[in-house]
Amino acid sequence: MSLGEGGEQARSTADAVARRSYGKLVAFLSARTRDVASVEDALSEAFAAALADWPVNGCPANPEGWLLTAARRKLIDFARRRRTGDLASGELQRLAEELETATNASTANAVEIPDQRLALMFACAHPAIDAGVRAPLILQTLLGLDAAMIASAFLTSPAAMGQRLVRAKDKIRQAGIPFRIPEREELPGRLGAVLDAIYAAFSEGWVDSGGTDAARRDLAEEALFLGQLLAQLLPNEPETLGLVALMLHVEARRPARRNALGDYVPLAEQNMGLWNLDMICAGELLLSRASSLDSIGRYQLEGALQSAHVHRRRTGQVNWTEIVQIYDVLMELSGSPVVAINRALALAEVAGAAAGLESLEHLTGDPRLKEYQPFWAARAELLARTGASVSAHHAYEVAIGLERDPAVRRFLQRRQSALTHA
Amino acid sequence: MQYMLLLYTDHNAFLKMTPEQQGQGLAAYKSFMEALTKSDALKASGRLQPTSTATTVKVTNGKTQVLNGPYAETKEQLGGYFLIDVPDLDSALSWAARCPASGHGTVEVRPLWVM
Repeated sequence: MSLGEGGEQARSTADAVARRSYGKLVAFLSARTRDVASVEDALSEAFAAALADWPVNGCPANPEGWLLTAARRKLIDFARRRRTGDLASGELQRLAEELETATNASTANAVEIPDQRLALMFACAHPAIDAGVRAPLILQTLLGLDAAMIASAFLTSPAAMGQRLVRAKDKIRQAGIPFRIPEREELPGRLGAVLDAIYAAFSEGWVDSGGTDAARRDLAEEALFLGQLLAQLLPNEPETLGLVALMLHVEARRPARRNALGDYVPLAEQNMGLWNLDMICAGELLLSRASSLDSIGRYQLEGALQSAHVHRRRTGQVNWTEIVQIYDVLMELSGSPVVAINRALALAEVAGAAAGLESLEHLTGDPRLKEYQPFWAARAELLARTGASVSAHHAYEVAIGLERDPAVRRFLQRRQSALTHA
Repeated sequence: MQYMLLLYTDHNAFLKMTPEQQGQGLAAYKSFMEALTKSDALKASGRLQPTSTATTVKVTNGKTQVLNGPYAETKEQLGGYFLIDVPDLDSALSWAARCPASGHGTVEVRPLWVM
């Protein structure tokens, strides 16, 4: 069948709806059935039906409403096929009526579909869901990304990722995880899991900042989008604003992280003219709004660290004392060895390489750091500055062996060979 | 669990590099091995000579055939391996991603049968 012009228009309308409303449709339907997997199937059939129907009958005035109605019919079909016997008919009737009332209310006069994406995010990042699958689950249900793409960003096999996602969706349905925004008392802890999941998606997406791997690059953008959505839905949560500010600052420097040859450029040597000023300003604005809300947290502090580097753009100098102070507070909050490494590097700028190295020594016993490239790179850098070139050479060796980005590897190799020539 | 990382790379591309680039490339492998050793994951490893040195043997109907050349002519050829012992697939995959070959070729990750 040739679709011609009508087919193309149908395709572009469907694409636009998918981008704008996919998550909204999944959230709205799942909140009623709790069966995310069936909702996704129903929606994908609804999109397929749209591509067959719209070229012939024209695109509807309210495409979201059309898709919602089509998906609802599919869902009722699924339920009817799955459950037979009198026992289920009452439940089925209720489902049909509920979906009918809800969809009628939203399709009449093209009223906006109620936005329940926040409730969906909280379901996906529920404490009953394995922490490692929360970010993938949010990416899939809210954005419609497929398991293969998510898998390659999270460095796992598509089959394994697919299985984890299926299990998580089963858990939401079987364990009866609610689709709601937690009460005020629980909100801080629960919100933390959502923020962590979004930040995990962002960090995974950001590993290859050269942008050679489209799947990773897109993921960073999607995570930023989810963060901004969250900030829009919960405008008075300072940590949400802090997370978005942090992501904006990191994204702003992406163009400067590679030179013309594709080689890695460390922060201190970046051409500040390449930083995205609009993003930096937006990040700064969010941070000041967050601080007016009077509750400090990890993401605001990390955002503040990024902001301290922007200081260099204005004054030509980095305020290392301020940076060490922020790391001190972060250390108290998280006790994370990653924070400790960065603090040691900042401390070296204030109090000398030996002081930095000494604070790094406290971490050598931590088994988590044995395979953590930044730990070895930091150690190598500080050893080199104290003149211990043999130990520095070895630490660089391990760091190079642990790095997965060829550009960063070349950068470390250059540092290592500069050592031998010194 | 034991996994074999099979490294498929283009030997001709290696020959076209400057000696300095070759040195840097090989050094990256040395570093990778050092990191594997440091975390007690390395069981064995080896680098194969190019496929121009390969000879293939096949016995059909009792007749032995010895052929000059590799089993299959492809741009990327099996060039080496790392046998590692790690807790799970995700851990093996993260080592594969760090392996320099994944940057200029392909790394296949295969679990070994448990005997």
